[in-house]
Amino acid sequence: MEANSSHDGPSLGRYLTGFVLAAILTVIPFGLVATETLTRDTTLIVIAIAALLQVLVHLRYFLDLNLKTTPRENVLAIAFAAVLIFIMVGGSLWIMLDLNNRMAI
Amino acid sequence: MSDVAPAMDARAREEAENLRQREFGFWLYLLSDAIIFALLFMTYVVMVDSTAGALTGRHLFSLSNTFLETALLLFSSITFGFAWLSARADRRAHVLGWLAVTFMLGAGFVLLEVNELIGMVEAGAGPGESGFLSAFFTLVGTHGLHVSFGLLFILIMSLQIALRGLNPYAMSRLYRLGLFWHFLDIVWIGIFSVVYLPGIL
Repeated sequence: MEANSSHDGPSLGRYLTGFVLAAILTVIPFGLVATETLTRDTTLIVIAIAALLQVLVHLRYFLDLNLKTTPRENVLAIAFAAVLIFIMVGGSLWIMLDLNNRMAI
Repeated sequence: MSDVAPAMDARAREEAENLRQREFGFWLYLLSDAIIFALLFMTYVVMVDSTAGALTGRHLFSLSNTFLETALLLFSSITFGFAWLSARADRRAHVLGWLAVTFMLGAGFVLLEVNELIGMVEAGAGPGESGFLSAFFTLVGTHGLHVSFGLLFILIMSLQIALRGLNPYAMSRLYRLGLFWHFLDIVWIGIFSVVYLPGIL
């Protein structure tokens, strides 16, 4: 009964790969902030990239998301949530930053 | 005798479908939770400079504490993975052991976070002091509450597995608990990357 469902999940190797990748992507930004080797702006960019990559690593290796075996309706639901987040977060930031600019005049 | 087996089969299929629907429902819940967190992150980004002359992240956040919290959550993710692998191999004692380790790592995280928040309130940086602190306490507090509920979920799950074994219902619940637990670790990546590291820089 379990064989064909989403219950399979990642194998031991995948969990360990995900863990090592996530650990590396955690140590890099923390190390940069601790040592302050790069400029502030560069460090912020590295933090953002490492965070995005690590989210992808978690989705792929721990949550076992992929385009082949993840049910279509689950992928559609993610796409819908992403659209909502884009509209609400993007729209709110737009309004608040615009408001900031106008108040600053 | 001949039509008993197909009837059992149909019943098993119906129950499998029922569990599958619950898993999809839980997935939808997680996505709605992701929207809540996205908006709390957005609020924080808007509020981060509204410190009202009070303390800022540079004074309040500790890199070592944040790193320790991050490590605890990441380790708890992999130990949960081990619990799931043991469940698939039908080794009940191993599942209970790994769930206990996951629980302790998660509890360590919550303890560190509660200590940090109490320390901030005592240092005169409570949620009422500025827009920045309100947004910070809401975002980090919401995540901390989720982890605490996750701990409760792990306790109940362990009891069920200890008493009733790894039946299909337990497997489905453990699967949903795994989605929840890994999801919380993903939210934490956002918190240390948006709140703590830029705040300390």
